[in-house]
Amino acid sequence: MIDLVGYGAFFLTTALIFSLVTLGLNLQWGLTGLFNVGLAGFVAIGAYTSALLTTPDDPARLGGFGLPILIGWAGAMVVGGIAAALTGMATLRLRSDYLAITTFGVAVVVQLVALNAQKLTGGPFGIGFIPRPFGSLAETPLLFNLSNLAVVSAVALIAYLALEHLSRSPWGRVLKALREDERAAISLGKSARFYRVQAFGVGGAIMALAGALQAHFTGFIAPDNYLPILTFQVWVMLIVGGSGSNLGAVVGSILVWAIWAGSGTLTSVLFAPEQQARAASLQIVAIGVMLCVILLIRPNGLFGDIPRRPRLGKRAKAAAAKSSSGS
Amino acid sequence: MNETVLDVRNLEAGYEPGVPIVRGASITVGQGEIVVVLGPNGAGKSSFIKAIAGLVPISGGTVLLDGKDITAAPAHTMVRLGLAFVPQTENIFPLMSVEDNLRVACGILERREIPGRIEEMYAAFPDLVRQRRTAAGNLSGGQRQMLAVARALIVHPKVLVLDEPSAGLSPKFVSMVFEMLTGIRKSGVTILLVEQNAKAALAIGDRAYVLVEGKDRHEGIASELWNDPIVAELYLGQRPQHQKGGMA
Amino acid sequence: MSLQFIVDGLLTGSMIGLGAIGVTLTYSILRFSNFAHGDFMAWGTYATLAVVSAIGAIVGKVAPIAPLSFGWPLLVALVVGMAFTALLALLLDKVLFSRLRSQGQAIIVVMASFGASMALRSLLEFTFTSRPTYFSRAIQIAMPVGFGIRVTPDQIALLLLTAILVLGVHLLMTRTQTGRSMQALSQNAALARIVGIDVARVVRVTWIIGGALACVAGVMIGILVQIRPFMGFDMLLPMFAAAILGGIGSIPGAVLGGLIIGFAEAGAVQLIGAEWRAAVSFIILMAVLFVRPIGLFGVRER
Repeated sequence: MIDLVGYGAFFLTTALIFSLVTLGLNLQWGLTGLFNVGLAGFVAIGAYTSALLTTPDDPARLGGFGLPILIGWAGAMVVGGIAAALTGMATLRLRSDYLAITTFGVAVVVQLVALNAQKLTGGPFGIGFIPRPFGSLAETPLLFNLSNLAVVSAVALIAYLALEHLSRSPWGRVLKALREDERAAISLGKSARFYRVQAFGVGGAIMALAGALQAHFTGFIAPDNYLPILTFQVWVMLIVGGSGSNLGAVVGSILVWAIWAGSGTLTSVLFAPEQQARAASLQIVAIGVMLCVILLIRPNGLFGDIPRRPRLGKRAKAAAAKSSSGS
Repeated sequence: MNETVLDVRNLEAGYEPGVPIVRGASITVGQGEIVVVLGPNGAGKSSFIKAIAGLVPISGGTVLLDGKDITAAPAHTMVRLGLAFVPQTENIFPLMSVEDNLRVACGILERREIPGRIEEMYAAFPDLVRQRRTAAGNLSGGQRQMLAVARALIVHPKVLVLDEPSAGLSPKFVSMVFEMLTGIRKSGVTILLVEQNAKAALAIGDRAYVLVEGKDRHEGIASELWNDPIVAELYLGQRPQHQKGGMA
Repeated sequence: MSLQFIVDGLLTGSMIGLGAIGVTLTYSILRFSNFAHGDFMAWGTYATLAVVSAIGAIVGKVAPIAPLSFGWPLLVALVVGMAFTALLALLLDKVLFSRLRSQGQAIIVVMASFGASMALRSLLEFTFTSRPTYFSRAIQIAMPVGFGIRVTPDQIALLLLTAILVLGVHLLMTRTQTGRSMQALSQNAALARIVGIDVARVVRVTWIIGGALACVAGVMIGILVQIRPFMGFDMLLPMFAAAILGGIGSIPGAVLGGLIIGFAEAGAVQLIGAEWRAAVSFIILMAVLFVRPIGLFGVRER
């Protein structure tokens, strides 16, 4: 029973960290219509930044600086936010596809740096001994898990409330307006474009914070944690929950993580150990198909608010009509 | 009136389902005629003509071309059915050469017929010959309009349908375009056009319709309509707008 | 530094360029960046490999065409693989992309292509495992051609094949009615329909060309490097960068962009080490976006 509670707390902690990433993505995509297929990169930036700042000194690499955990988290948000804002700035005037490609590139490069810049990131072996908020409780796993859950819940709740507030503020309404009409958004003045960069930056900061939380929760990070599969999982979470809805982002994350963890457990029970890598790839196939099916039949997910057919200009209409005849 | 070529009955059409912009408009166009559709801004003239060309979803009514029902025909089959459309704007492919603009429209012609047909268009529009290798996006406004019309004519359409051919042109080009249309009619092509520039259009047209709120409200001989008080009234109590570039 | 990077750059550039043609066509005609394009490459390569094995099982061992490392079965298999990849692209368009396109939200299609990419790649991993495999394990002797450059016969053959294919696609695009229709559709979709172009048909041709070339690029990688489920996904960033560098919609641009990135990668491998190869595309991509986002041969979007 106690085990079950412990596992439940552990599960929820992970799911809520995912929720935080999904909330960041929802600000970028759901609210602003900015497409980020490299979010794993921003999560990794947060995790590595915080790890560098807070770990004890290690002669094999830069740092660590042994700073307090909260400073690590703040640092993660700053660095992640700046990285995202720069990415947004590069593609500000261009169609969203360019942003997608650029973020994809960011993730590739972050992965490359994590693997190869040993002096900074510890290379393929990653960084260990990342201080845990309640490390002293590690002997009583239940208490440890519950206190972790409490911290992560608190952070997720703060992020949720802040984002809810933001999306109802004038700032959020401008973002939504920009989302509805990308052409207008691009042709609008500098200030409107800057709104988009802000949203992308804040979203990136939230993702980085999630990465930092995860790093301090597990105490160990490695490049493998930040492969494209992470990006993919978070996207599925947002789409299932419903783009544009913060509640959807949280619920979708918990739901998809439950499906993911459940099917993972199932494959480990059903398949022989040597077959498990293959079974795991089948798991990804299933989730990929699920994503496509949801996009096809219920693009709003559970709680989404993006109108199915946004008001289009005549040109876009002609294009839409064109493609329907092309099916 | 001659034998009817284009017969549009009670046409209803609009972009959004349930929100018709064209609400039961009917017109007929006889062989060899120039028929003008006039109307105040927002009357649905452009949507009406685009619906005929298959570009706006039709929710009711019929369009007959030479007695054949073409109501639901996809836009890309219209040239084969004998209806060629010239949009108001963006009516050329800007990055393709003038010659390729003509050639790309020849999909329904026999392969061996194409070079001769292109030369015929150059003969009819000599301005285009010198520019044949130029990217169409570099042409002047009047030349673009010529290219767009030549591109429509190249496939021997029964009916040429134009959406505001004078829009955005300088007065000199406006008169040129309308002269061109009279020339085309002489060669036996039937013409249906929508115009803001009522005076210039009525000067070359045979008959005209006035479209108001998506419905045809008045019909008459073009030359008489200019002084028709009903027309003035339909134009919200004003005379059809006088444009400086009109063919006075 | 050794001049060998010229050959390496040409080869890498050819692979990237062939793939980038598909990316640039999909983007300019269907108006979305297809993240599944790399996986078309991998699927085409595995399909070709499967056909080679099948032929081997039926007719027994076939001697390679001297001095190449492969025999006629690979050529036959390549043609089958190209057809298979084209069909795969058409199928994916039918069940997924075309339906989303008709809803009018281009970026949703990008999302779907990302999901499809994950599913396709993992399906390959499931079927063939992630272990690398090869068309031939024979080691070819590289011939010195002067200036310290060495080339294998396979490399020469594949460069020739690339040149022929690129020329072929270029002629198709500029000299045929189909090619003009494709240009027309990418410049103004509504007008393309008005002038009588059957959009559905042009879309099919686009997928067929893109898919078939992706397969060739994949098989090149398979012959010269190795075959892995991730082989296409790893090419995605270079291909996108090449398409953008060349100017979206431009076939010569995509090929030239591919060659530039190929040379830059080959140079970087010599100067700073192979592990940083993947960063080259990103740096070039960022430079293009900041300096000239329309690329070398591009035109401003209307």
